[in-house]
Amino acid sequence: MTAAILRSALRRSAAASYSSSRGFASSPGQQRKVAILGAAGGIGQPLSLLMKLNPMVSLLSLYDIAGTPGVAADVSHINTRSEVKGYAGEDQLGQALEGSDVVIIPAGVPRKPGMTRDDLFKINAGIVKSLCEAISKYCPNALVNMISNPVNSTVPIAAEVFKMKGVYDERRLFGVTTLDVVRAKTFYAGKANVNVADVNVPVIGGHAGITILPLFSQATPSANLSAEEITALTKRTQDGGTEVVEAKAGKGSATLSMAYAGAIFADACLKGLNGVPDVVECSFVQSTVTELPFFASKVRLGKNGVEEVLGLGPMTDFEKQGLEALKPELKSSIEKGIAFAHAN
Amino acid sequence: MQQSTDIHRRIAQISSHINPPINQQQQVEEGNLWRSDCRAKGGSPGFKVAILGAAGGIGQPLAMLMKMNPLVAVLHLYDVVNSPGVTADISHMDTGAVVRGFLGQNQLEDALTGMDLVIIPAGVPRKPGMTRDDLFNINAGIVKTISEGIAKCCPKAIVNLISNPVNSTVPIAAEVFKKAGTYDPRRLLGVTMLDVVRANTFVAEVLGLDPREVSIPVVGGHAGVTILPLLSQVKPACSFTKEETEYLTSRIQNGGTEVVEAKAGAGSATLSMAYAAVKFADACLRGLRGDAGVVECAFVPSQVTELPFFASRVRLGRSGVEEIYPLGPLNEYERVGLEKAKKELGGSIEKGVSFAKK
Repeated sequence: MTAAILRSALRRSAAASYSSSRGFASSPGQQRKVAILGAAGGIGQPLSLLMKLNPMVSLLSLYDIAGTPGVAADVSHINTRSEVKGYAGEDQLGQALEGSDVVIIPAGVPRKPGMTRDDLFKINAGIVKSLCEAISKYCPNALVNMISNPVNSTVPIAAEVFKMKGVYDERRLFGVTTLDVVRAKTFYAGKANVNVADVNVPVIGGHAGITILPLFSQATPSANLSAEEITALTKRTQDGGTEVVEAKAGKGSATLSMAYAGAIFADACLKGLNGVPDVVECSFVQSTVTELPFFASKVRLGKNGVEEVLGLGPMTDFEKQGLEALKPELKSSIEKGIAFAHAN
Repeated sequence: MQQSTDIHRRIAQISSHINPPINQQQQVEEGNLWRSDCRAKGGSPGFKVAILGAAGGIGQPLAMLMKMNPLVAVLHLYDVVNSPGVTADISHMDTGAVVRGFLGQNQLEDALTGMDLVIIPAGVPRKPGMTRDDLFNINAGIVKTISEGIAKCCPKAIVNLISNPVNSTVPIAAEVFKKAGTYDPRRLLGVTMLDVVRANTFVAEVLGLDPREVSIPVVGGHAGVTILPLLSQVKPACSFTKEETEYLTSRIQNGGTEVVEAKAGAGSATLSMAYAAVKFADACLRGLRGDAGVVECAFVPSQVTELPFFASRVRLGRSGVEEIYPLGPLNEYERVGLEKAKKELGGSIEKGVSFAKK
């Protein structure tokens, strides 16, 4: 998908450019508004660039508390079809959101070395709460793509806010876990010595440490990896975010790969909205596949967001153990989010 | 005549599955499908690209987009600070290019060895009130050092120079390459693609068209009045009123300043520059691969005017610039603009050449 988006932006003539090789429904004429909340940040800026390149977007709304006029002026010069509008400051949040089909939320502060995603909770929980209050007022039908960490808690916070405002639709709220899938695919392709473009690996659970559970037994193409290799790959996928935080030595967390993953997931949401069939991505959503209220698994996307939450599929003993091990941490993160939403 | 060749070709294609060719080579004549495999000649089908200044405002989104480009097999990210973090970040992306990071001047040579294409966004950006020329003192030194590295480690690489002021840094690079005895005027290109991108966007806005349907050549240089959009040559063919011509020309020339002002001290165009740089680098790679008809505007050593360097449409191929197209017919407004552009451009080129010769 991503090479296709890049190709379509690089080609000159309109006739050659439209992304989907299947031709239909990613109709260039369709009007789709995408809002990015936190557009001037480390993830927000490259994410804005990628969404500007997406031919399904007709209006790109960039919001942040500061810096957005500059980012909007920059991105608006790119010669693709979408119109770009920049909004700065809370009093412009409503305009930024009005009529959005998809709202992507990378807003918040990133980790520093030694921090867990949960350490960001206090600051980011408040940010997410007020953004969701605005969403419920200005675009309650939008598909919400939550990137702000800790996702395991901010998605439940969003759900509670929407419930309290009477606009909650569990099919339209997503925690973006695509970066875990991207990492699992990359690390697996490296170990199995296969072309990463051919790889598929489902990743279930949540979006922090051991709550991230890649199911390498279901990976395609299959490879004969030893138990040690699977364990190492699992750990590396779980700690992928920390790997980048350490490498950046205080300068932030993953921004470019996160923007890339965020753009892939937003693109899938847009395809679903436009009626493209069989759009399946992993995402952290309200779910009954386990006893937890939220869980990441493969979901099929369509005109209303989540059309179907797919099951977890067959798992090895190692994976089943991983599943049991992650549930307590995920449960407490979910409850922390719900409690915050009610107390504040 | 045409018809009988078509019929013969169709019969050959249909019959090829009935009598499959004994060796793959035969199929090359019939279909286009096998051509790119043949050209790879058993090696990796991608190219080796280095980004010098990969941790900067342009370099980071540029690195992300190049990592997504299927023509890139190896991506080297070099900078004087922070490249390990950017490398770790990008290396997680699930695309084919292998990423390696290089930190500090003593790793410059390793970053450059074996590269097919070197993209240089390194340097400092403008602040409000500055012209690109105000960056000269710092960026000239950076470009000189980098050019010395290129001459030593990958003299045959295609060089895409972004560091401002391009009107001076390209001549600096040329002088360094000449001194080293590695100068190939077909392989040194100043990136002016962002001016073309802006021209397409602003003209499309005025015409009420999708920007992807519009194409305008932009010639001259890459600063203020040296940027000369040839609106009279717009595709699809349109005429503009005097007001539209002046508005568009001014906006295209000052597009960079527009963003510097909007960022109010936080930098200059980064995201649109990264996009334009990738668009241009991709064209260079397609040329290297042997694609035909790859034509883009670039600031190159040139004879289309009396100046030693000039931006115009060039055809890109396996040796870099294979052909430089003349400017084509200009209207009165553009002829006047051309004289103004040449005056300033001449001065900037001189400044670069003198710096390099010191």
